[in-house]
Amino acid sequence: MAFNFGAFSYIVALIADAFLIFFAIFHVIAFDELKTDYKNPIDQCNSLNPLVLPEYLLHISFNLLFLFGGEWFSLCINLPLIAYHIWRYKNRPVMSGPGLYDPTNIMNADNLSKNMREGWIKLAVYLLSFFYYLYGMIYSLIST
Amino acid sequence: MNGSMSQQQIPQQQQLHSQQQVQQPQQRFQPPLQNPSLNKYLPPNVQNVQHEQPNTALAGQNAPLNPAYLQKSPLHYQKNALMNGGSTHSSRTASPSLNYSENIASSSASSSPNPGKLPSSSYMAPPPLANVSMSSPMQPQLNRSIGSNLGSGPNLAGAGLTPRANPNLNHLSNSMQNLTIQQGIASGPPTPLSSTAAPTGMNTNQTLPRTLGYSHPPTSALGSQGTAAAQRFAPGSMAYTSPVTSTATTPASVPQLQPNNMNRLNSAAPIQQQISPQNFSNTSPPVNQFSPNANMYGINNNPAPPPLSASQHPLPPSMQKPTPNFAPPPTSQQYQQPPTNQHFQQPPTSQQIQPPPTSQQFQQPPTLQQTQQPSNLRKPMYPPSNARPPVSQQQTPVYGTQPQPQQQQPQSFSSPSQYQSQPQSPATFNGYPNSGQLQYQGVYNQMSVAQQGFSKLWGQDSVDLMQQRHILPTERVQPPPIQLNNQFYEAVNCSPEIMRCTVNKVPESNNLLQKSRLPLGILIHPFRDMSNLVVINCPTIVRCRLCRTYINPFVHFVDSKMWKCNLCYRINELPEDFQYDPVSKTYGEVTRRPEVRSSTIEFIAPSEYMLRPPQPAIYLFLFDVSIIAQQTGYLEVVCDILSKRLESMPGDARTKVGFIAFNSEVHFYNIAEGYSQPHEITLVDIDDIFLPCPDNLLVNVKACKDLIKDILSQLPTRFASSHDSGSALGAALQVAFKLMSSPGGRITVFQSCLPNKGPGALQSREDPNNRSAKDILHLNPATDFYKRLALDCSGQQIAVDLFLLNQQYSDLATLSGISKYSGGCIHHFPLYQKTKPQLVETLKRSFDRYLTRKIGFEAVMRVRCTRGLQIHTFHGNFFVRSTDLLSLPNVNPDAGYGMQISYEESLTDIKSVCFQAALLYTTSSGERRIRVHTMCLPVTASLTEVMYSADVQCIVGLLAKMAVDRSLSSSVSDARDAFINATVDIFNAFRLAQNLPSGNSGQLIAPKNLALLPLYIAAILKHIAFRTGTSTRLDDRVYAMDAMKTLPLDQLMKYIYPEFYHLDALFYNNANENDDSDQQDPPVLQLSAEFIDSRSLFLLDCGTLIIIYVGLNVPPDILQNVLGVQSTAEISDYCYGLPSLNTPENESLQAFIESLNENKPYDPIIQIIRDTSTCKSQFFEKLVDDRSESSLSYYEFLQHLRTQVK
Repeated sequence: MAFNFGAFSYIVALIADAFLIFFAIFHVIAFDELKTDYKNPIDQCNSLNPLVLPEYLLHISFNLLFLFGGEWFSLCINLPLIAYHIWRYKNRPVMSGPGLYDPTNIMNADNLSKNMREGWIKLAVYLLSFFYYLYGMIYSLIST
Repeated sequence: MNGSMSQQQIPQQQQLHSQQQVQQPQQRFQPPLQNPSLNKYLPPNVQNVQHEQPNTALAGQNAPLNPAYLQKSPLHYQKNALMNGGSTHSSRTASPSLNYSENIASSSASSSPNPGKLPSSSYMAPPPLANVSMSSPMQPQLNRSIGSNLGSGPNLAGAGLTPRANPNLNHLSNSMQNLTIQQGIASGPPTPLSSTAAPTGMNTNQTLPRTLGYSHPPTSALGSQGTAAAQRFAPGSMAYTSPVTSTATTPASVPQLQPNNMNRLNSAAPIQQQISPQNFSNTSPPVNQFSPNANMYGINNNPAPPPLSASQHPLPPSMQKPTPNFAPPPTSQQYQQPPTNQHFQQPPTSQQIQPPPTSQQFQQPPTLQQTQQPSNLRKPMYPPSNARPPVSQQQTPVYGTQPQPQQQQPQSFSSPSQYQSQPQSPATFNGYPNSGQLQYQGVYNQMSVAQQGFSKLWGQDSVDLMQQRHILPTERVQPPPIQLNNQFYEAVNCSPEIMRCTVNKVPESNNLLQKSRLPLGILIHPFRDMSNLVVINCPTIVRCRLCRTYINPFVHFVDSKMWKCNLCYRINELPEDFQYDPVSKTYGEVTRRPEVRSSTIEFIAPSEYMLRPPQPAIYLFLFDVSIIAQQTGYLEVVCDILSKRLESMPGDARTKVGFIAFNSEVHFYNIAEGYSQPHEITLVDIDDIFLPCPDNLLVNVKACKDLIKDILSQLPTRFASSHDSGSALGAALQVAFKLMSSPGGRITVFQSCLPNKGPGALQSREDPNNRSAKDILHLNPATDFYKRLALDCSGQQIAVDLFLLNQQYSDLATLSGISKYSGGCIHHFPLYQKTKPQLVETLKRSFDRYLTRKIGFEAVMRVRCTRGLQIHTFHGNFFVRSTDLLSLPNVNPDAGYGMQISYEESLTDIKSVCFQAALLYTTSSGERRIRVHTMCLPVTASLTEVMYSADVQCIVGLLAKMAVDRSLSSSVSDARDAFINATVDIFNAFRLAQNLPSGNSGQLIAPKNLALLPLYIAAILKHIAFRTGTSTRLDDRVYAMDAMKTLPLDQLMKYIYPEFYHLDALFYNNANENDDSDQQDPPVLQLSAEFIDSRSLFLLDCGTLIIIYVGLNVPPDILQNVLGVQSTAEISDYCYGLPSLNTPENESLQAFIESLNENKPYDPIIQIIRDTSTCKSQFFEKLVDDRSESSLSYYEFLQHLRTQVK
């Protein structure tokens, strides 16, 4: 039993990941609302866009902890998602504020379904990684 | 004063610009022969041609107003902060913090140049008296613009309205000496009264004598408007107004067609290669004279040797008819008989051409033989050589004789059987309702004759594009009919002008659609001007309770009380009053309701369709008055039309207008009802914009008509003296948004340069050296400022329409956002200059149409489709508010929309699908209305039927819209590849569907309804929107892309593939003194220079421009009768407008042009280009079938396709 940096990073990741799961759920719900015409796309983008960067930063931050803690495997399984986030943000439409979603093209059926799929996949990834972090935390705590 | 100090250097700039203002705005369509500078020295009534109808009533009203101008000074609001150079925010709240300067002088002081620096010495001598002493009655202020424009005569003329200002030389000289630039729209000729408040340094401008020159009669402005050109462009000449009289409606022509039919039969014989005889008119007398007498040249052309090609045959194509060698067999004649009026036989189609390896081969005509035949027709004796290789002609066998089997075709058909079974030949291109026949080249003989006959019977014939050189039918391409197997449905279905689908039989599953490789989508022109619209007013509008579909002709009535929705299949109840027939005033028969009898209907909506009371019509105009805008001189044209059209703008008694001018400041015009003059308020702080006064910026048109006209007469010269190069478009739009935000309405922006001040300022992104580069950059906006503003506007029911009249790059890619997402429209006048009469005239007509066309406010459009289908993507200018709802703050009759459709589930077991577009809008008279269009299409499970039901024009229209999206998201070269791939895929799919042999068999088999696809795709690849390798200004390209997205399909097709007519038919018809009922449209030609004949006239209809091309050797009598000139040399290089002469030739041409303009938003200007003109290239660049340096010809493109289709 030792509370080392690795265990600390897993604990942080666990908490952060819980938030990320909520982000992903919110994402899915938001796009579902768009699909079913409950919300105006301008309002929906205004509520979605401020959450994009916090999500990305949260994800990157605990991966930085993994990096410093030498948790290479945990880092590696997160690297693809980080790369995707960076790519996604680099290719965002021209906008003055932060965020990814443009109300003028978000209603395109392709965009909607793509974003829906992204939401579901991310939700799955975060859920799975949540259990992995739980395991990692316990493992690092009980291993001496 | 800070303001005055900062503007001290203006006079020097003025010197610079005075030279540019020298250019006289071209009056009407005066021929460019006339030296523009001469105009300035014409008597006043000549110079004032532009004011077609001076408002004499206004003159009378204005004259008494003038003392008021002198005595009352303008309110010139300057922001305190700026005047004092201090903080800006404190001044926001109330007017006390604004510096009201109640006198002229302070306003003029803030911007008037230092008198000592005025450029009097550098200016030219004062102009002749005649030049300045004229004044129009509409001009209440005399010396308003003297300071800026007095300097030189040319300058005066160039500054538009100013020449009319000064009545009196004394006056003039005074102002010259004083050299004061009057500022402020209200700073009229001063009086001592106002001078008391003026700073002493500014008193000079008040010493002007008050000798007002209103003595001149109002006729001075009326003067020379009686010119032919002015009459022609009289305001009444609007599109949509006049029914066309010249369209050929000839059952009478059918009998005359028989010779033609014979001709067609002839040409269908595979053995016989014929180039038709000269025949100048397709109507009966010439034909009758011709055919039996054999007064024609038949040219027997051998198609067999490959190098042989008849492309550049010496005869003008429309003059050629297939020789009637054969007696027409009666059996086949019924196939041949076109259902409607038959135009010219399409001579090109009668030629058989082996597919040439390159297009050059087509250019070699030497194998043609032609003999000049004496003819008893009146026709020009064509000189045999006109820059053409010598050709000889050979007399054709006489009508009725057997064809001369001169060639051995590879086909196994024997000639008589072939020609008798011509209608059964699979490759005969005969499917277009009125098309001339295309000749069968027996290419694939796999099908039995019976099969071919059946396939033809079912409209499923195909054509080998490689063999069929002239694919374009001689008449305008008509949309294919929708076959619903129900006569009532077919009769009642939505007009193809309003709604068209890419396939007229919808594949039953996505799988089948993918197999056909066709794009699925609909193009809608929902607010089209309609003459026979059914408008009903009923207490309850019957709609499906589940999907809210409006009841339409395609619903199923279960019984007299129930109906089954055709979109979601729910069974709904009918309200009691629906059984009442308003026409017969009886109960019981639901099928007689207008809702069920018409698929396009307009409901007057009850109050539950309103979220708020219907808004009044409110129009706000934003004028760019920067120095660049002043140089273009658009303001006087626009203001002139605006003041003329003030009453005819759509609206009711509540209609309001407002005006905002902006350079690096924003100027408001306060037009309160009680004012004797408009007050100008200038907002200098553009970074933190606010509304200077809450009301009176938008005023009622009727109540303040005089003041509004007053403003409009002063605006063009109001800023002529301020040489402000800034353009604070962003700030002006922001404040316009604030001004309009509560009621909504329409903002019209005139912009002439890159906005470079305040919010939304842009930098130039275009590299002029890179205009012909392969990869086109900067198609996307540089900032989302305009898009966000547009979304805000959209939320407040404001549409922003943009008129871009730019000289230089103005980043339309960014600016267009303001219109794209607010449901506005964009008009682009590249390189606009008042010295270019064609641009001025186009602007006039386009703006005239813009002002007076119908408008719908606070509109939404919902497009519903049968369960199983959904809208995938929308194309057009709007904001998509939900999956099937478009938010259109304004809707106008010239806007088209496109929708891509995708499958949610399979359509098995469904017989037909429906699309319903419902447009809910507020009319300009404050009435809420719903316009509903419903289109019904059959569903099929057969791939072949899908392929054969494709609508090629609609496909091209949809592909163009998709390609624009692709260009923006990826790149233009990607979009070009996508075009080619789409074409190849479609032909591949057809090959698979038909089980045709694969491999390079030298064929490119296409269903006949898709035969034009490569033609259109090849043209669109050379279109300004998608071309690469040719120098194209970025703004032009962006505008063209926007046009692709928003033009309705009929205009879009002309934009992509202009219609090219051989005009001789018009003239020689008349020459033969046929009566007008026989008048038929001239034949449509493919856009290739091979059809050009130096002895003929051609007309190219590009939609917004009509070009008449005059060959070098047109007979003088034709020239005289059509154009009123003796020889082509008399046509100037820049010749616009068709003179109206009282000759039958001219009248028939006018009537023909009128028929072309029938469905256009406004009558395009007509440019006449002679063969040796310097603007000949303008004409030849439109001939897109030919090869250019950087692009393939149509035939090369076909070759390329053939290698790709495997």
